[in-house]
This record gives sequence, C-alpha cells and structure tokens, in this order.
Amino acid sequence: MSEKKMIDVYIFGKKYTVPSSLTIMDSMEYAGYQLTKGCGCRSGFCGACSTIYRVKGDKELKIALACQTKVEDGMYFTQLPFFPGEKPLYNINEFEPAMDTMAKFYPEIYKCIGCNSCTNGCPQDLNVMQYIAHAQRGEFEKCAHESFDCVSCGICASRCPAGITHYNAALLARRLTGKYIVPETEHLKNKVQEIAAGEHDQSIEEIMGKNIEELKELYNTRDITK
Amino acid sequence: MYTAEMRELSKKVEETRSQRIGINFPRMSPEDKIGVLNENHPDYSDKGFMYLKHGVNKGARVPNELGELLEAKSKLVNLEINLDKIDYDVDVLVIGGGGAGAAAALEANEKGAKVLITTKLRFGDANTMMAEGGIQAADKPDDSPAKHYLDVMGGGHYTNVPELASTLVKDAPSAIKWLNDLGVMFDKEKDGTMITNHGGGTSRKRMHSAADYSGAEIMRVMRDEVRNKEIEVLEFSPVIELLLDTDGKAAGAVICDLETKRNFVVRAKTVIMATGGAGRLHYQGFPTSNHYGATADGLVMGYRVGAELAFADTIQYHPTGVAYPSQIFGALVTEKVRSLGATPLNIHGEQFVYHLETRDVEASAIIRECNVKGNGIPTPTGGYGVWLDTPLIEMIHGEGTIEKKLPAMLRMYLKFDLDMRKKPILVYPTLHYQNGGLLIDKNGQTKIENLYVAGECAGGIHGTNRLMGNSLLDIIVFGRRAGIHAGENFKDIKIKDLTFDHVRKYHEDLENNEVESSQFSPMILPIYTHGREK
Repeated sequence: MSEKKMIDVYIFGKKYTVPSSLTIMDSMEYAGYQLTKGCGCRSGFCGACSTIYRVKGDKELKIALACQTKVEDGMYFTQLPFFPGEKPLYNINEFEPAMDTMAKFYPEIYKCIGCNSCTNGCPQDLNVMQYIAHAQRGEFEKCAHESFDCVSCGICASRCPAGITHYNAALLARRLTGKYIVPETEHLKNKVQEIAAGEHDQSIEEIMGKNIEELKELYNTRDITK
Repeated sequence: MYTAEMRELSKKVEETRSQRIGINFPRMSPEDKIGVLNENHPDYSDKGFMYLKHGVNKGARVPNELGELLEAKSKLVNLEINLDKIDYDVDVLVIGGGGAGAAAALEANEKGAKVLITTKLRFGDANTMMAEGGIQAADKPDDSPAKHYLDVMGGGHYTNVPELASTLVKDAPSAIKWLNDLGVMFDKEKDGTMITNHGGGTSRKRMHSAADYSGAEIMRVMRDEVRNKEIEVLEFSPVIELLLDTDGKAAGAVICDLETKRNFVVRAKTVIMATGGAGRLHYQGFPTSNHYGATADGLVMGYRVGAELAFADTIQYHPTGVAYPSQIFGALVTEKVRSLGATPLNIHGEQFVYHLETRDVEASAIIRECNVKGNGIPTPTGGYGVWLDTPLIEMIHGEGTIEKKLPAMLRMYLKFDLDMRKKPILVYPTLHYQNGGLLIDKNGQTKIENLYVAGECAGGIHGTNRLMGNSLLDIIVFGRRAGIHAGENFKDIKIKDLTFDHVRKYHEDLENNEVESSQFSPMILPIYTHGREK
C-alpha cells in the first residue's frame, strides 16, 4: 500500500497507532475491536456509527459518522451508539395534516432557540434548523424534502438545548407528505384493481405454460422501450 | 482525490466523450453473454466452491465460506439450556429486523398475532437500508405483470421457481400501494404519476425510487410503523439456533444478548426467518456492498433444522462497487447511475459493454476487461477498476441531475474529495446478493412446518440471477405473505415440548459423514483487521 503512513489516535482515551488511510471505524478494528455497536451499513446510510471526536490541540468537539470519516493524527474519539429519542405513537390512517399536527406530537419544536447546533452537527450536511422551521409552520412537504437524506443518526437531537428529536419530527412530515399531500397515483390504483379482478391471470398463466425454449425465444425477441 | 497517474488516465475519458455521447453501444447477443459468463463470472468456475457432505442438500455445491459454516458445530454444542424455562412466549417470532422482517411483523400484527422481532444489530440495520436504486412493479399502462415475469425469468436464466416469480410480479403493484399508503415518498410527477426508470434487463421502465435512498426510505417508514404498533423488538439479540417441538415443527429459538452474552428461550407458534444474505462472508475474497450483519446466519440455522437450500451456489456480483478510494472499497455504486446514462469505459476511454446488461453479464464483462484483456485502470492498493463516466449524466439530463437523483452517491464521493459530476468514478464488481437461499413456497413456507423464510434468506424467486429492484420488491411481497400466513396459521397450532434433537442429529450427521470442523456457527458478526496481523 502506497498510502500506509501511520498515525496516533485515541480510542476511548487509549492511544493506538493506525494507518492514516483508514476510516474511524476501520481504525477501531485495526486496533483490535470487534464492533457490536456503533457499526451498521458501513456506507453512510444507517446512522449507527455517530462518533464524537476532538483533534489534539483543538478545543472543539466534533461529530461524524465513523464509517465515512478518515482518521487524523491526534484524533480522540468515542462512539455514541444509542440515542434515546422521543417517538410519540400515532396511527397514520387517522390524520388530516393540519397546522397543529406537529404541535400535537412534537410540541417541543416550538421551543427552538435558533442556535443552529443541529445543522452544525449534521453529518449529511442537511439544513436541520430550516426543516424544523418548516415543520413549525405546518409546511410538511418542504420539511419532507429538506430532511429527505436524513439517516436518523441522532446527532442533531444530542446537541439540541430545546430537547427536539428532529429526525423523528421530520419522519412524520415525510410520511404525511407521502400519504396525504402528494397526489394519488392513478395508474397504480388502476393496476392493483385490474390484478385483483383477475384481468392479468390469463396472460400470466399463458406465459407460465411455455417451455424454456419458448420462453427464451420470447425473451430474446421482446420489445424493450427506450 | 485521484492520484496524479489516475488524473492523467481520466483525461482519456474526456477525450473520447464527444465520440460516445448519443451513440448506443450494442447489446450482447445471447451467445456472447454465455461466453463472457463462462469465462469470467465467479460462479461459473469450480474454484471457490465445495460440495456438501451432509444434510438435506448433501452433494450440492456451495461457496467454500458458506460450506464451512454449514459444516461447523452449533454454538449450543453442550445443550445446557433449560428449555422448560420460557423467556418469551409469542405467536410469531420474526428473526431479523430488515425490510422482510418488518413487513412480516406488521402483517402478522394486523392479523392479531403477538409478534416478537429479534435482531442482531439495531432494528432497521440491514441491507434494505442500503438498497439505493429502486423497486420494480409493473403498474404503468404500457406494462404488465406478464412482461415483468418474462424479464424476471430471462434475468434468472429460466431457473426461477415459476410459482414464486409469478407471485412476485402479481403482488408487485399492491406492494407499492401498501408502501405508498404507509407514507413512503416515492419519486412522482406533479400529477402523482410514478417516475420510473429502466434497470439492467428490464423491458419497461418500472423501477420506482425515492431518490437514491429507496431502501432507506422504505425501511425508516416501516420501522416507524412497527414502533407505532408497539410490536416488541429485541435489538442486539441474534438468534443462535432454532428450536423444534417434539413433532419436528418449528417452535421457537434461542437468542443471545450480545452485551451480556446471556441466552434466552423463545417459544413461538410460527417462526419467520428474515436474516438476510451472506455478503460479509466475502466469497472468493471479493469486497462487499453488504451490511455488516450479512453473515448467512439464517441459511445455516435453517439448514440445521432440515430446510432445503436452493441456488445457494449463485451469488450476485454487482457490476459497480467502489474500486477507489480504499476507505469505501466495495461500497455500492447504485445501478441507477447507469440507468441515468453513465457508461463503463476501459483505460483507453473506450466503452466495452452496453451499460444496462443484466448484472451478471455486466459484472463479467468488467472482470474480463480488467483481468483478461488487461484494460483496467490500476488503483493504489494494487487492484483494478474501470471508469464509470458519470459526467455524462449531467450532459444527457441537464446540470443538477446528479445532485437531485443521486444525492447519496454524490455525498459519499464528495466526502473523499471526488466530484462525480465533473470526473468519472472508478468501479469494480462487488459481492452484492445471495441469489438463492432456503426454498420457500408462495406463502414463504419451508418444508419444515411453521418455519417461514422471507427476504434475501429465501431461495427460488430469482433463480440464479436477480434483476435490480426485485429484492426490495421480494422483501415486501414475501415478507407480507409470510406475515399474513403465519398470522392466520398460528391460531390452530399447539406446540409440544421444545427440543434440541435436531441439533444432536445434525452433529451425528456430521460425524457419520466424517466431517470434522473446529468452527462454530452461525457466525453472527465478521472479524476485520484491516491489514493488521491477526
């Protein structure tokens, strides 16, 4: 490996010398940990590996996803595998998305003091404070799109002085958008009805009745839309 | 950041771009496809495979790494657990907290069953979460389940179990509707029309997506719904062995608390195995796009109770895994990147394969270009890759397309200072999917009574090769079916005494067939050292 430069990192306060090319997660494994927490998809999708770190000489505490962040010399880090975030129960079928929907389930979002800690912490670079502002105003669709790339790692909630669970509030906004706000899909509804009425049974049975040679012929000559 | 050498080589891509844009590279003939597969696909050579010496599939071919686990001993070799002390008593036990498990749990709960989900890591930490490209369903006016069926069968080399393939395509539109009604935000036009794209091997544009967070969006909504229904979930609690009753019917499991290492006994009238795939076994040394927990546990435990494996020797290598940078080596570059028009190119900046062949053919062509023809681009870690000309996407669909349609991909690369809008990316096939698994019927049942399987752990639906967008589909279709069936079935079930007899029999079977192993399985989690000596 041409990039095998070794550096020192501090895992839970203890010094280990690791290759500089590794991510934070990989460096823990290089050091000898077998991860059972704080490790999930290893690709930046699941939000399992929220990690707090500080680089020697720097006073600021930073937060990152361990699987998506390279180690730095003198990095002190510790993982935060679980966030006890508030999640009220609701029945998605009993809704009329209204101005007061958020107030009912997540009243604390109105205590936001605009400190922007949530946004500064987000490893996905989302404008978290902005989507909470949308939620406050009942603008569910805007909140949904602004928060769409959220991986629910919980870093926002860990930093919020108002006790907001941003990622759960946004999830409610997205579900309301998907179910109620975006128009219904006509062609989907129609096809489901056709299938339920048995309109496609014959064509499927016909094709299932073909032998492999006939199927191959059909497949190799099927028309493919551009 | 690319190295100076790679930056220099990438210029060839720019040089040839004007000659390539707007010109479709020819698709391969059926004969050429067979040729490239035979020569290059890892499944088509016996290297890397072994033949099982025991059990219901004795004599069948499986990857070495899976075979070793199938021939290992149970972790409960001493069988010292008191099976009269029941820690959890439920109607439906769902093993696995990914998409199939969540769908099954929701439907079983809907039927009035007391459901317990037990999962190895966090609830929702699964391959489902990482499925980027989309989910297929023939719901557009120019499409039909029959057309979808033909694509599925052709893609699977006509080996799929016809009943399973037809169930998959017939249930597909209602699966999408079910998700939509739960609040999954699919990409839609302003009038509600689904935005759909092609995937490799599809004859119609039937790939529904939620940007490139399709699986994540589906998973987080289902997870939220499971929580709303207050279905009990045990996290960090993998199952380490299934339990049968004295009639030989599935009747529960032993779980292990990863923190405390304590074992617990679950008695269940029906068991749904939804543990996912096997990517983290790194067959033939391949990198993987899979979740950390994808260690074939369900295949191993299912086999141990006597459930049959089908197509366990067919693996899907996704044509485009990350070849560089090394920190994300093997991570998935969604097929949607090619759906949107990015094409694969060799070291000379030449295209060498149509960009939307089925995955096995596309992957084989890339392996050939690197390993046989010597036209790969070398990476600093000693491997090879081919370019994927991503800037083409913005030229075809307009500036801003990548940011809008591939936000996760863009973000992943930008974290390592690579801008895929401006520079091509470097890819090589990555171990992506266990095509086969435990054989099921259309309700997810195995031949072991009251044992269901759903999701990647199930076998037969995709034959020897799965098309993009049909795995997110199968977890919903067969997850729901298993949940509904188990949720109705449990009412008539009376469990007899729980036993470990099958484990004893399994160990005897190993001995009688002169299989010796010092290993124990299921694996639960892989061990990585990243170059440090073990």
